[in-house]
Amino acid sequence: MNRNAVRAIAARDLATVRRNLGVLVPMLIVPVALVAMLSLATFLAARTTMDLGPLTGLLDLTGSADGGTEHSPGVRLAIALATYVGPPLLIIVSLLTASVMATDSVAGERERGTIEGLLLTPVSDRDILMGKLVGALVPALVLGLASQLVYAAVAVAAIAPVTGSPPLPTLPWAMTVLWFGPAFTTAALGLTVFVSARARTVQAAHQVSGVGVIPLVALVVGQATGLFLLYWWVGLLLGALFWAAAYAMVRMGGRVLQRENQIATLV
Amino acid sequence: MTTLDTRPPTPHEAMPLPENPASAPDALRVDSVTKTFTGGVRALDDVGLAARPGQVVGLLGHNGAGKTTLVRLVSGLLTPTSGTVSVLGFDPVRDGVEVRRRIGVLPSSQLLDNRLSGRENLRFAGRLFGVDPARLDERVDSLLDEFGMLARADDRVSTYSAGMRQRTALARVLLSRPELLLLDEPSSALDPVAIRELHELIRRKSREERIAVVICTHDLAEAADLCDEVLILSQGRVIASGSPQELAARVDVPTAVELECEAADTDAALAVMAGFTDAERVSEGTFRLDGVARSSVPELVGSLVGAGVRLYTVRTAQATLEDLYLRLHAGDDHGDRTDRNSEAK
Repeated sequence: MNRNAVRAIAARDLATVRRNLGVLVPMLIVPVALVAMLSLATFLAARTTMDLGPLTGLLDLTGSADGGTEHSPGVRLAIALATYVGPPLLIIVSLLTASVMATDSVAGERERGTIEGLLLTPVSDRDILMGKLVGALVPALVLGLASQLVYAAVAVAAIAPVTGSPPLPTLPWAMTVLWFGPAFTTAALGLTVFVSARARTVQAAHQVSGVGVIPLVALVVGQATGLFLLYWWVGLLLGALFWAAAYAMVRMGGRVLQRENQIATLV
Repeated sequence: MTTLDTRPPTPHEAMPLPENPASAPDALRVDSVTKTFTGGVRALDDVGLAARPGQVVGLLGHNGAGKTTLVRLVSGLLTPTSGTVSVLGFDPVRDGVEVRRRIGVLPSSQLLDNRLSGRENLRFAGRLFGVDPARLDERVDSLLDEFGMLARADDRVSTYSAGMRQRTALARVLLSRPELLLLDEPSSALDPVAIRELHELIRRKSREERIAVVICTHDLAEAADLCDEVLILSQGRVIASGSPQELAARVDVPTAVELECEAADTDAALAVMAGFTDAERVSEGTFRLDGVARSSVPELVGSLVGAGVRLYTVRTAQATLEDLYLRLHAGDDHGDRTDRNSEAK
């Protein structure tokens, strides 16, 4: 792999986003807003005395989160938010944010008419796609991890004074944030870059790539209703699955770009 | 009558492709290449060309003639349906990365990213082409200076005029010190001064640095001025090739003849010339005949001498590349070609 070329392509893509406020501001606003809303909800839940009967599914999560149900329903809700609901939501947001770059990665080059200039460089098809993937992955992982850590810090500050012990980190949380999340993000963005390489336009790429978020939405809904819980071993297994998918995509990357196909689409 | 050699050029048909790149005499060799796109549209048909180091080869033709397809085949962006391409001894399909490292291509599409500055575009290209990082900035500044773009180097390309973009793109193409230059319409969007500078640059690169240059152009004057050899493409086929002078000599286009004879022989001369075309009397004993076939000039002179006209001067205008080009394309339907090209893509 030509690492210098991969880094150069990723750095170029990141630089163009950094200086485009129309893209950069929405990328930052959504994670910040979600962290703020989750933090507020967690803080209020930890201190509420209301009856939370209808949220049985969520409250049941605390059993696997901290091993006990001795706390009030509000505290249990706050723990469930911090441990099971918040992290997948933040993965979704960071993924959606970075998918703007991923969908634009190759289809955008075609729309701007710069794809031929890129294809004329002595960089292999696989390295071009790798550069595009890294360019989208870096902000996704940085934003994702930063928002997870900020929210975790707020959750600990909101819950620990009430329970007397910090609710985080727990094994399921760590598995979600440090293993499953990056794996899913990498696989989903890889798929999006692939779609971008094959789609006619950025818009078409965006439509198709949205499908990649569905498993995460299902995970959040499943956990919120108690239907499906991301136990640590489930996270481990799913994470391994997504890392394997990401690896396979990197291996077959060159076959997806195909210079001749890209050139054939040029007007 | 017009007598044109319409066979594709075959100077290298008998020469096998070199096994060792170092021994390759030609920087570029294209042998009997055909390219058929999906849907059966044939963009190139049995095309051959060669470019030696230091030589400038021109590809002339209308839009859709196959010039850009040929450049893309040489760059390894397209695979020939049949035939072989050898670039500096390498196969562009099999050794695409190596070929692209050694050549510089100015495509017909946009080479620069409008969102970056000129300097950033060149630095980005330098990293992809593996230019020594320690010398990259120096090289970039030197090229931008050479193309008169240093003062605007940090402005975004989107703020550049078309000519400035073209000059910056040329700087980018030369960044990696290519051994073969493929320039697709390089003078488009350039003003006359910039075109003159570009021509000077191409001559310098080819003669002093022995770089082989292939230039696609519509501009016949540019081809005549720059090229050692010209191939005229029409509907994917090479319909004529040779040096601009050879090509012009091969065409029997109507030309202008100026004659000077003894003033007393004016009437006799007019009587003879009436059998060829209407003569314009410029002054006593001096005539100009327009629209005389070049092949008819010896007969005209013979007739005049045979009639006792004392001829002092016979001057014919040299047929130009433009004459040939227009003659070759006289019966073409331009619209058909454009449609065909769109279909191919």
